[in-house]
Amino acid sequence: MNSYLNKTRPPVYCPGCTHEKITKGLDKAILKLNLPADKTVIVTDIGCSGLFDTFFNVHALHGIHGRALTYASGLKLANPELNVIVTMGDGGLGIGGAHVLASCRKNLDLTLIILNNFNFGMTGGQYSATTPTDAMVGSGFLNHAEIPLDICAIAQSAGATYIDRCSGHDESLPGKIAAAIEHKGFSIIETLGMCTGRYTKKNQLTPKLLDQMITDLPARDGIIEKNQRPEYGERYRALAKEKNTFPEAVTIEKQIDLKDYQQQEVVILGSAGMRIVTAGDIVCYAGLCAGMNVSMKNDYNITVLRGQSVSEILISPEKIGYPGIESPSVVLALSDEGVQRRKKIFATLKPDTFVLKERTVTIPETNANVVEIDFRKFKIKKQDWALASLGVMAKKEKAINKKMLKYALKSRFTEKVYLIAMETIEKMT
Amino acid sequence: MALSFMEGNEALARGAIAAGCNFFAGYPITPATTIFNSMLNMLPPKGGICIQGEDEIASMGYCIGASMAGKKVLTATSGPGISLYSEQLSFAIGSEIPLVIADVQRLGPSTGSATRGADSDIQFLRWGSTSGVPVIVLAPKDALDCYVLAVHAFNYAEEFRCPVFIASNKEIGMTRESFDLDSVTLPPIVERNLFSGDSYLPFEAEPDAAPPFLPIGGKTLVRQTSSTHGPDGYITIDPEVIAENQARLREKIHSARKRITLFEEDIKENSDTLIISYGVTARAVEDAGKTLESKGKPVSTLTLKTLWPVPEELLIEKAKPFKRILVIEMNLGQYVNEIKRVLCDKKVTFYGQMNGVLITPAKIMEVIENE
Ligand code: SF4
Repeated sequence: MNSYLNKTRPPVYCPGCTHEKITKGLDKAILKLNLPADKTVIVTDIGCSGLFDTFFNVHALHGIHGRALTYASGLKLANPELNVIVTMGDGGLGIGGAHVLASCRKNLDLTLIILNNFNFGMTGGQYSATTPTDAMVGSGFLNHAEIPLDICAIAQSAGATYIDRCSGHDESLPGKIAAAIEHKGFSIIETLGMCTGRYTKKNQLTPKLLDQMITDLPARDGIIEKNQRPEYGERYRALAKEKNTFPEAVTIEKQIDLKDYQQQEVVILGSAGMRIVTAGDIVCYAGLCAGMNVSMKNDYNITVLRGQSVSEILISPEKIGYPGIESPSVVLALSDEGVQRRKKIFATLKPDTFVLKERTVTIPETNANVVEIDFRKFKIKKQDWALASLGVMAKKEKAINKKMLKYALKSRFTEKVYLIAMETIEKMT
Repeated sequence: MALSFMEGNEALARGAIAAGCNFFAGYPITPATTIFNSMLNMLPPKGGICIQGEDEIASMGYCIGASMAGKKVLTATSGPGISLYSEQLSFAIGSEIPLVIADVQRLGPSTGSATRGADSDIQFLRWGSTSGVPVIVLAPKDALDCYVLAVHAFNYAEEFRCPVFIASNKEIGMTRESFDLDSVTLPPIVERNLFSGDSYLPFEAEPDAAPPFLPIGGKTLVRQTSSTHGPDGYITIDPEVIAENQARLREKIHSARKRITLFEEDIKENSDTLIISYGVTARAVEDAGKTLESKGKPVSTLTLKTLWPVPEELLIEKAKPFKRILVIEMNLGQYVNEIKRVLCDKKVTFYGQMNGVLITPAKIMEVIENE
């Protein structure tokens, strides 16, 4: 083969456009490396640089503006054998900045060719993230109030392992692209070019001036020593390989036969740090040990270490429909914040509802059967109040009994934690 | 007997694994994050890949790339993430890239409430992309549904080469509940139809079907593009070719509508009212139905599990014997508009609630009895 270019679809750029040089340069680079076409994909986005994929006889994915690196990453992760080459203009660079940064940080083995021609050619020469401040472009005076970015400098600070920059007219372009492709890791090569259709109409730019720009900019020629590290895909696979235990679902055997068990609704009102969700879990496990259906809704703040923590549990011999609480049979009032969160329920409680109130907690008026407990007297720390309350429930046979609770703790905890939990429970029963 | 105990989100992840999902990319967002957590625990031991994208747009891009390499991909987010997915969704819809997207809905609009449920996105999922090409949206009502519908979603995504949404809800995704995992019968797994002929055109297809697939990176060169394309995957401006493709994108979903209609019903012979609902609300509706029956005032219920494409034939058939149709939704009226459109000769009334809490069975009974 002497070219990967698609003979039936020759480049269609404006005369003099640097993109044509880069198209040929990329072709020569692929030839030089003798990449198998079926193991090579060109990923592009929108704009004139987004035409690249159509000119080559390799796999192609043409997507949305600025997002080419995201598709490229998905392809490479899914098929590490692929040579993934991404082309992107200065437009895509601006829109997809987050993806350029992420690619630099990740160091997945992709090659990004940036075709920087200082403006949006296709839409009429508007300014981009790389347009010089004093250039005359299609965005009126707007670029005069901004400065262009140097993607190579940004890439370096973002951790890119390979950065090169040259004029699109540089004779050594094919060799530079080939070297970038050969680099194992994320490689960026920024090419500076002329958009003859738009930019050079009002701004003087020649291959010679491009060379001058390259000279004036900080030199870039490939490997960034201080950023060298393993390629992301290999690192990912090595780390993932260590995760070799599939987490099976929590499944609880029925171990206890309960007669005439009616649906129970348990509400635990507490605060962050009081292990409310764990207590809720244990109540559910207790139900499951008895072959009951259970459901649990938790309500806590986004800031998980502060504020209320509420757990609402249903235990039922029937399949559970509506998963909310309608008529609680047990309410554990363990903190004021928790009670405040559900203060309206207290007025609705029936006389046979069992309310356990910690001594210092204030609850609204209620017809329920309220039992006050001073956990401090039992030398139980605040983070164990919820667990201790389950002991009280079990003793009084409210929603759960001692046998259920024991089985639940056994299934939920390791032997060691089970024994510690049982110590707390024993204090209450 | 042994019951399993898990969140709807975990059940959805387990369903995805059962369906053969081997790639996940997503970005953390309450209340969908535990799908990501679950996939991160479940995929590596199975040899699959799980990635956290730098943002939602990237996550969808990773999924698109992986799907085009032949992976079965899942992503999960909530309303604000669906907003960000939109441009990539349009790509996946128009360029026939199989994906499953779990939307664990929360109360909107916008940032809304991270930890409050609502069926906020029911119309958004259907119309939140350019061009109006149909999509498939499934709605679970509980953890068991999350498990089973995940498999259906993958099957549909593979067969129709399109994004399939699972419209879950905070109240399902983050509610832990028991179900008998071992006794669930899952639908048989559908794999992508791989091209087997000689000259492959990536978008050549029957007028009512998705094109056969070949992966990027296989022996045959494949072209994928977000631009308007002909069967060869190159840009086209030929109005006939464009029209044919647009019609096919509609037809492949519409012609399969009956087959992809999933639902549950509880029809009581001596009732004159049919209550139609979906999602977590359906559970309250079904409870209300049971109580009313015990009071001697039976009502019938229809729980939709396929919301899009609208199961028009099913609605017409099921609504036929009823004088009164009542639609209940956990929003202020989104899907009811579809039902009114289909059942235009019926009296369709509506109750909706958008305040971050579940609609109770008591409220539903009040609506039924007071009307
Ligand atoms: S508009 Fe500019 S970038 Fe586009 S083809 Fe013409 S010269 Fe090249």
